[in-house]
Amino acid sequence: MEIIIKVENLGKKYIISHQTQDRYLALRDVIASGTKKVVKTIAGKPSLVPKKENLWALRNIDFNIEQGDRVGIIGRNGAGKSTLLKLLSRITEPSEGKIAIKGRVSSLLEVGTGFHPELTGRENVYLNGAILGMGKQEIKKKFDEIVDFAEIEKFLDTPVKRYSSGMYVRLAFAVAAHLDSEILVIDEVLAVGDAQFQKKCLGKMDSVSLKEGRTVLFVSHNMGIIRNLCNHGILLDRGEIKYKGDMEETISTYEYENQNILSIWKNNKDLDKTDFFDIENVVLLDEKGNSKREFFNSESIIIKMDVIVKEIHSKMLILLFFTKHGETAFTYPIFLASKNSLKKGKQTVFLEIQKFLLNEGTYFITIDNSLHCIQGLAKYENILNFEVRFDKMEGMPALENVPGYVFPLLNWRLEE
Amino acid sequence: MKNNPDDDFLIIEAGKSEKHYWADLWRYRELFYFLSWRDILVRYKQTVIGIAWSVIRPLLTMVVFTIVFGKLAKLPSGEAPYPVLVFTAILPWQYFANALSEASNSLISNQNMISKIYFPRIIMPTSTIIVSLTDFVISFVLMSITMAIYRFVPSWKIVFMPLFLLLATILSLGMGYLFSALNVKYRDFRYVIPFIVQVGMYISPVGFSSDVVPIRYRFWYSLNPMVGVIDGFRWSIIGKGTAIYWPGFILSIVITILIIIWGFWYFRKTEKTFADRI
Repeated sequence: MEIIIKVENLGKKYIISHQTQDRYLALRDVIASGTKKVVKTIAGKPSLVPKKENLWALRNIDFNIEQGDRVGIIGRNGAGKSTLLKLLSRITEPSEGKIAIKGRVSSLLEVGTGFHPELTGRENVYLNGAILGMGKQEIKKKFDEIVDFAEIEKFLDTPVKRYSSGMYVRLAFAVAAHLDSEILVIDEVLAVGDAQFQKKCLGKMDSVSLKEGRTVLFVSHNMGIIRNLCNHGILLDRGEIKYKGDMEETISTYEYENQNILSIWKNNKDLDKTDFFDIENVVLLDEKGNSKREFFNSESIIIKMDVIVKEIHSKMLILLFFTKHGETAFTYPIFLASKNSLKKGKQTVFLEIQKFLLNEGTYFITIDNSLHCIQGLAKYENILNFEVRFDKMEGMPALENVPGYVFPLLNWRLEE
Repeated sequence: MKNNPDDDFLIIEAGKSEKHYWADLWRYRELFYFLSWRDILVRYKQTVIGIAWSVIRPLLTMVVFTIVFGKLAKLPSGEAPYPVLVFTAILPWQYFANALSEASNSLISNQNMISKIYFPRIIMPTSTIIVSLTDFVISFVLMSITMAIYRFVPSWKIVFMPLFLLLATILSLGMGYLFSALNVKYRDFRYVIPFIVQVGMYISPVGFSSDVVPIRYRFWYSLNPMVGVIDGFRWSIIGKGTAIYWPGFILSIVITILIIIWGFWYFRKTEKTFADRI
């Protein structure tokens, strides 16, 4: 097969300035520091050099992709997956190295980018198509197919601000999936949308690559989807390629190396930030105390948190959010001081999610420390995720794709 | 011609602008149309206020300027009635001011698109011109009505008006490119833009005729390129009793050309970092 993407020695560097807290440069600050510098030079004092640090989001990346390949890019958060996709889709410029691409690239890094809430579904199809690089004739030709795929015929002339999130996602994906580009770059977008639609999207992507011979690059945390869809894999770790090759091999390398890491989160930046309490680390455990991240629904999931209490306050709260498909599945608050045994110093909190509660799927954990209704202390988003799979249940046939966040074990009986 | 296999490849390298810039721009030409179409659609869909605003603003400005400069300060208006004199300047000025503000804010108000999708970024500020053009057309109709009320017949030279409109377009695009790029780099730059527009209206001959300016300053007065544009509008619409002060007009043109070159150059220089900064 013919090579259509060549990447040589690619690197992307971000410069982090430690001088300012702000993410953005302000003209006001530039003028102020400029004036200060001038004054200092006149006064003969050496000016302070602002502390700057280079952060390489990606470095020494080399790979080739052949036409028709379906490449899954995996790695932990911050490994550089999204940066790589942004470089390939030309959204940002590399700091070093070279990319050679043959053919049109269309990227779907976020669902519904460029959708305007005031415009109708029909208008947005045209707008979004144009943003993604389609011409008017091309959109016209595919319009019916897109609408059909998205299943929104009835709402074509309704402004998309009135759409449900599911309809919104379906329409957005439908537009992107009907692009005629030779290379399709997709970032985690299938994490949204219901299971049935995910299946449909996967089917579409399969036909896009297998039948039409197009190339797909795909980033996901969902190993199940990646396993199904991709035949080649790239494993990124801290901005470098750790492994590339067969998808199955890549996944097992990733899982082998990350068995522990994936179920443990260590707080190494925000410690000692607040006066009340800090979370040191969070670990996912099963009932036997083994750390892991894949559970059967017949197992309890235990979230163990090491907390350092500096001052006891009645309103100290750890809020745990569990999200799935980008939406909050459920939330659990822990008021630390509601246990009388709370002391200053290091303590461990165990939270158990009982068995037969969650539906299958990947759940992400976000932790928010605060003094309830007074002050937010620190928020850690999507620090860990775990997977729930169905175990065989007595008296039930094998199930899959049951909608909903929960799949509790309920009682029922028959009466005459 | 030999067919080099490497020719088919798009090469992306650090610090190098790709060869395909203009070809890319051409390929995305329909996006220009769609973005303008979106802006117009959204503007006139949201409320009646969208349309009312484009009517009320020029009318009110005309009334205020006529009262302040014509009635209170008693400035001369030459052959034309004062409201017509003012309207001939409000037309290009509000077009310029709208186009400049819309273009300058276009990148940050579409952050999401910039950080998630590739397209030639220059399309974004350029496409905003069309909305300002629709406003211009509305103002033009209002001016025609005002002229009819005063029984004022415009000069035949009005056929040259599009040329001055083009000059105003080039100027607002040049400044729009520059400001939109600066807006991405400096988050507080957007507070500067309304100030420039505000001050600009008073130092440009909107409420009065440039003939009020003593002749020895007129050349330097034209350092403000909008002076050339507004004088041109008055010359083409009013005709009688107005004349273009050529040295000043040429200076305005030269400055407009310098601004578009500078704006485009700065935009191209910084556009690759937009996604990292925005």
